[in-house]
Amino acid sequence: MNFDVGIWIGAFLTLGIVSFLYKDNPWYKICEAIFIGISAGYWIASLFWQNLYSKLWANLWPALVALFTRFEITYELLYVIAAVLGIMMLLRLIPQIGWISRWPLALVVGATAGLQFINYLVSNGVKQVYNTIVPLFGPISDAGGIPPVQGWGEGVGNAIILIGTFTGLIYFFFSKEHKGFFGGAAKVGTWFLMITFGASFGYTVMSRMSLLIGRIDFLVNDWIIGTFG
Amino acid sequence: MKNRFSRVAAFGLVLLLAVPFSWLAAQVEPDTVMQDTTGMIMEQIDLPRPAHLTLVRDSEGDAGGSVTIGWALSLDDGAGDDNVTGYNIYRMASDDDEFEMVGTASRGMTEYEDATTTDGVTYYYYVLTTSDAGGSKSDISGGVVSSAQWFNTKDLDTFVIGFIICFSVLFFIFSAQKGKKLYLRKIAGLEAVDEAIGRATEMGRPILFIPGILDVDDVQTIAGITILGRVARTIAEYDTKINMPVSRSIVLTTARETIRQAYIAAGRPDAYSDDMVHYVTDEQFGYVAAVDGIMVREKPATCFYIGAFFAESLIFAETGHSIGAIQIAGTAMPAQLPFFVAACDYTLIGEELFAASAYLSGEPKQLGSLKGQDVGKIIAMSAIVLLCVLFTVAAITESESVLSLANTIKGWFSAS
Repeated sequence: MNFDVGIWIGAFLTLGIVSFLYKDNPWYKICEAIFIGISAGYWIASLFWQNLYSKLWANLWPALVALFTRFEITYELLYVIAAVLGIMMLLRLIPQIGWISRWPLALVVGATAGLQFINYLVSNGVKQVYNTIVPLFGPISDAGGIPPVQGWGEGVGNAIILIGTFTGLIYFFFSKEHKGFFGGAAKVGTWFLMITFGASFGYTVMSRMSLLIGRIDFLVNDWIIGTFG
Repeated sequence: MKNRFSRVAAFGLVLLLAVPFSWLAAQVEPDTVMQDTTGMIMEQIDLPRPAHLTLVRDSEGDAGGSVTIGWALSLDDGAGDDNVTGYNIYRMASDDDEFEMVGTASRGMTEYEDATTTDGVTYYYYVLTTSDAGGSKSDISGGVVSSAQWFNTKDLDTFVIGFIICFSVLFFIFSAQKGKKLYLRKIAGLEAVDEAIGRATEMGRPILFIPGILDVDDVQTIAGITILGRVARTIAEYDTKINMPVSRSIVLTTARETIRQAYIAAGRPDAYSDDMVHYVTDEQFGYVAAVDGIMVREKPATCFYIGAFFAESLIFAETGHSIGAIQIAGTAMPAQLPFFVAACDYTLIGEELFAASAYLSGEPKQLGSLKGQDVGKIIAMSAIVLLCVLFTVAAITESESVLSLANTIKGWFSAS
């Protein structure tokens, strides 16, 4: 018998979490409390060392950080802004001046929205349009820059892409009520969405099955066979 | 005597043979002879004549990280022996010891853009002209440093599209602020919000609101918080309880502020409590374990999942379904939407989430933003249909002019 305390703890916690499938029970509650407590503590430590220490202190107080690291650290005044914003956030703890904490929050939200605008426009808009532009049928050739259509099968595939994208966009068009032709097209768009979701559902469920297999593999091979034989 | 004569005759014969052979050898160009390391001639092969670097400079009008290399074609590319198969581009940073290949160019090409440089680092380049027999190096050139320019001309098309959408957004915002009523179609999931809150009130059970697991720098979380404002106001009016576990500290402060404002707006500031929103953990599945526990112990009558979700979506929705809660979800995460659609009563799909946010708030800024985005959709739909037709016509008729027109318009959407 090969006893490994880490494996036994892993098996105890795995079975405890899985026991939730039966119903809420004390074993699950113990595992839940351990999981939440350890992860919350881990994240506090992680955020401290990855942000406060290695980014803020290292750039504003390099002499202090240099005592604990062999890397060369230079003074960076710009981080004063981050320090001030962080302190403003903490002022929320003082009710009389808690309103100040809204300013750094507004800055984070506004700056992120601005920075993400181009990314979203390009990845979710412009490039999608670019890749949807395809000929529906034509000669089997890419001469002269025409994207090749490999026979009628691909032509039909291209037509499906075009109809799906067009009707999908109509479904997400909010300025006009879905009635008449517009409503019919939106309905077709809904069908495309649902078929896509169905395919995506199956694909993702299979990937979750591989996670389950991984856990069962741990219980059978690492825990039972590894311990008893 | 006879012996001396024969030696002179032999020497003369060698000379006689050596002269024409040495003349022939002189006609052979040095770079067409391959020698081994001892200098012995192994075989005669035809290496192409090298290309000559004419240009090594920081690429103009870009966001940095790119160097443009240009060269004059090898004399054997399209002419001479015409044996060039392509060009390999080699690069060495000032800190490196040797050159490494960074890209290739086809024969006939005279320019290559190395888009893998690090700004501020000095680079040197050469081009290897390749053939089936081997390659010939160009001279080394460089000392070039890439940097970003103030205006990225490569993204001019994207700028124009973005400008049109931004202009539309501003136009509609100003229209709404002037009092013009902007039409937005009804969204099915939203009509269920009041009904779901009313059901929780009647049953005397709390409402669970999950704002996703990302921070407020994600637009879906912001949309979720906006919807929370409306939900919280109705909850305050109905005097129902809300429980909101969160996984991000800034979401905690934002959500508390939003609910507090909603309670003030509903005229019930005394009923607000900070305990309505509580932090659990940043860890994804630790958060899931906690929320599942809350669900089965408190048995909320209504669950809202509005924001950015990942693998936890199905676990939440399944647990909520098992306790018989009305579930309203909204996310723009394509991989998670199928789970919400399958397990929830109502789902705000993708952009409906943002539309719902605008619809509920009724703010001119959000309404204008949504109408402006509809202009973007009109542009997209028009471009897709027009260009698909043009390319199809070009493919059938093989018309160069139609193809040229289609390619020009398509180029407007080739964002870098």
